[in-house]
Amino acid sequence: MNKKAIVSLVVVAVLAAAAGYLYARRSVVAAPQVAAQSTSAGLAAARGAGAGGSTASLETGRPAGKIITVKAGEAIQSAVAAAQPGDTVQVLPGTYHETVYIDKDDIALVGVIHGADWPTLDGERKRNDAVLYSGNGIRVENLKIVNFKGNAIMGQAGNNFIIRHNWIANAGVYGIFPEFAQNGLIEHNILTGIEDAAIYVGMSDNIHVAHNEVYGNVAGIEVENSRHVIVEHNLAYDNAGGILTFITPGLPIKTTFDVIIRDNFVVANNHKNFGAPGSIVSGVPSGTGVIVMAADDVIIENNVIRDNKNAGIIVADHKSFANITPDPEADPNPDRVSVLWNLFANNGYEPITEIKALMVAALTREGPDLVAVGGGTGNCVLDKGALKTLGLGSWASGCAKTSTADIATYLLDKPAPPRVLKAEDRGKLIYSSVCAGCHAYNVRMIGPPTQVIQAMYAGNPQGIADYIANPTKKREDFPPMPPQGHLSADLRLAVATYMLGVSQPKPPAAAN
Amino acid sequence: MRHLGRALLVIAIASPGATATATPIGLSDRCPASFEQRDGRCRLRTAYSQYQSLRNAGVGGLKTGLPPFRDGFTPREIDLGRYLFFDPALSSNGKVACSSCHNPAKAFTDSRGTSTGVAGHEVKRNAPSLWNVGFLQRFFWDGRAHSLEEQVQGPLYGAAEMGTTPVRLVATLNGIPAYRSLFTLAFPDAAAAIRNDHVYRALAAFESSLVSLNSRYDLYAQGVGDALSPHELEGLNIFRSFVARCAECHTPPLFTNQQVAVIGMPEPSGRPLDPGAGAIANEPMLRGGFKVPSLRNVALTAPYGHAGQFATLRETVAFYTGGRGHAVPRGEQLRIHWHIWEPKLSEQELDRLVDFLGTLTDESFRPEPPTAVPSGLPVPH
Repeated sequence: MNKKAIVSLVVVAVLAAAAGYLYARRSVVAAPQVAAQSTSAGLAAARGAGAGGSTASLETGRPAGKIITVKAGEAIQSAVAAAQPGDTVQVLPGTYHETVYIDKDDIALVGVIHGADWPTLDGERKRNDAVLYSGNGIRVENLKIVNFKGNAIMGQAGNNFIIRHNWIANAGVYGIFPEFAQNGLIEHNILTGIEDAAIYVGMSDNIHVAHNEVYGNVAGIEVENSRHVIVEHNLAYDNAGGILTFITPGLPIKTTFDVIIRDNFVVANNHKNFGAPGSIVSGVPSGTGVIVMAADDVIIENNVIRDNKNAGIIVADHKSFANITPDPEADPNPDRVSVLWNLFANNGYEPITEIKALMVAALTREGPDLVAVGGGTGNCVLDKGALKTLGLGSWASGCAKTSTADIATYLLDKPAPPRVLKAEDRGKLIYSSVCAGCHAYNVRMIGPPTQVIQAMYAGNPQGIADYIANPTKKREDFPPMPPQGHLSADLRLAVATYMLGVSQPKPPAAAN
Repeated sequence: MRHLGRALLVIAIASPGATATATPIGLSDRCPASFEQRDGRCRLRTAYSQYQSLRNAGVGGLKTGLPPFRDGFTPREIDLGRYLFFDPALSSNGKVACSSCHNPAKAFTDSRGTSTGVAGHEVKRNAPSLWNVGFLQRFFWDGRAHSLEEQVQGPLYGAAEMGTTPVRLVATLNGIPAYRSLFTLAFPDAAAAIRNDHVYRALAAFESSLVSLNSRYDLYAQGVGDALSPHELEGLNIFRSFVARCAECHTPPLFTNQQVAVIGMPEPSGRPLDPGAGAIANEPMLRGGFKVPSLRNVALTAPYGHAGQFATLRETVAFYTGGRGHAVPRGEQLRIHWHIWEPKLSEQELDRLVDFLGTLTDESFRPEPPTAVPSGLPVPH
């Protein structure tokens, strides 16, 4: 078996006339087992939340707040600056030229669409990202976002997010990109013209991606170095690659597992790959429906995967990806990948050179629905004989788990916990991490000893809290104290209370 | 003979007329700032302790927990480490201390492109700052060491750095009575003899006490909205944007993701390509790879790059918009990291990045260098 780079930078000849190929090829549909099909369909309905509805909902734990309205000509960022946790920034139709950043919790950024008039963030090809957030409980909804150099919507460690009903076109890197996030829902968005992945779930846990339409991008949906992710009911067409799940080496979080790709339409992803040179997705061969690279415990079920000219599904290890630098701390092999029932038709009619070589070796002239290259153990396909496959020597025919119907969503029942400690705990943290730099218990440092302050303010923490907000120079032989007015009144009181209770640390255990 | 002479010198200077058992220098029983003393051991306490991070990796956004930290040392271990750190007796010629290249007055660097060790030997790489090293999982520019204890042996025994040997190191320290008492205070089992692992542990204890997490950036991260100026905020947004992509590798809250990356920085003129991690892993695709450095206190640690190639931060940030692989020597085929691309940052954006990097400065818990060290040798600075 040729394990050499199957996916490489080799640019496949531009697809000249897809229609021609379509007509020339006989339509090959994997004959599904009737029993498997009906079981799957029945359970799919059972796990649905109603006709046309999402199968998942997300509880943000967001408090109710006020609505701040932004009109055309005003700055969205000013409204975000004024917003308190729980508030909604409501954006009226019009064109906005700014980067909106949300570094607080529980803010909803919601557009109002009047007929064909959307609130539009236009990056004019010179602004970097449209929406950046780091807070928990952020919702971004009903925005049209066009022409940004970087990402349309990017979250960094914002948990419990909802991104939905956005229309995103022509972003230089990613369309929707939550990173370092736990618990988030991405649904009912339209994305096109994205120069990397349209929807990119990166280094995140418990994410649900549903009912999105992604077309004309380098990659449609990518799940990378993430766990417990469901990608379902999406329409991915005319991308270079439709749906990808990877372990990308060299990142600080090094696993991908428990990913379910189901009930999607992955159709004719034959767009020329226009990814930036050097990007990981620039190595995705145009015409690939689904790619699993090094990810574990991936289940691919009940998708329609058709008319992808290179291959329906590629399952590969790191070595088989020509532009991947190895990472000794990341497992390079895809393990326990299950390809359950899916509808395959007309895939692999114009494969890349490396797949052609595999076809020659396998004495077949049919391009693959499913091709595996490189290492990996415990992989299975429901009915090997029903598919056009390559490289499945070590794969089992028949899978232990034949349906994902028991898993409605990996979203959390309760939101990821808030980031605020009780005031007394924060008081202790601030004392240790700030005050103790100048005040030791009974030794003179930069400021007077804590013991001396305790004697002065016994029973009067409020006195300390007031003083430190705006300190005045009190002692000739000490430098003035830097003001701590940036701390809220309750935090100043908490740290003052803690300071009055500090006692002499115990000496280390006696020498033995 | 030499060791004995040095030891006598200490006693003569530090404790004239003292009884033979008195120690000229004692050890602190207090934990440094940012640590809480619990059961006699120093435990890190920072505002970030209240936050989690995804899979405990210590990377994320503003309110994200830090990576696992090396704490739990005793105050005496830390303070003993401080004396050792500043003591040139640890080098072969008695002239170079750890602090020679990691000078606290220079944010624990030496402000040189590459450092100079014993007898004027040139070290081939830039001395990294030691602020926040207790959070690191790998050490040296090429990431070859995996603990502080392993790391300290590099400069101690490197011929071009401190140039001593394991045998010579403990012979020297055992010959200095003041160290015999100090080590016994910190390590009861050093009463018989000071061992090499005592030295490594004490130095590791001191180095891990160098915590810098009270910058203006940190205030902003904790929710103080006006801690940063409009220019600095603009810089933060460029820094974390997916055009500049700085935060993808210099990830908050430590401003490093601790990975090895091949980014194709130029070498100082006339020098061949430094293979970096590629030589350690024997992995051709990591050729020219270096550990992503933390940017905490970066405004104080010029010059920049693994060999100090860039004199200023402004030149350094401009490297990233110079074109993918633009500085790779001819004939080299480096596997440049995917985040190095063509961001086409404007001059103003580069200025704003430098503005933002200045907000990562915090030296509020800089330790005091000792006025005298147990060997009695002059403290280098």
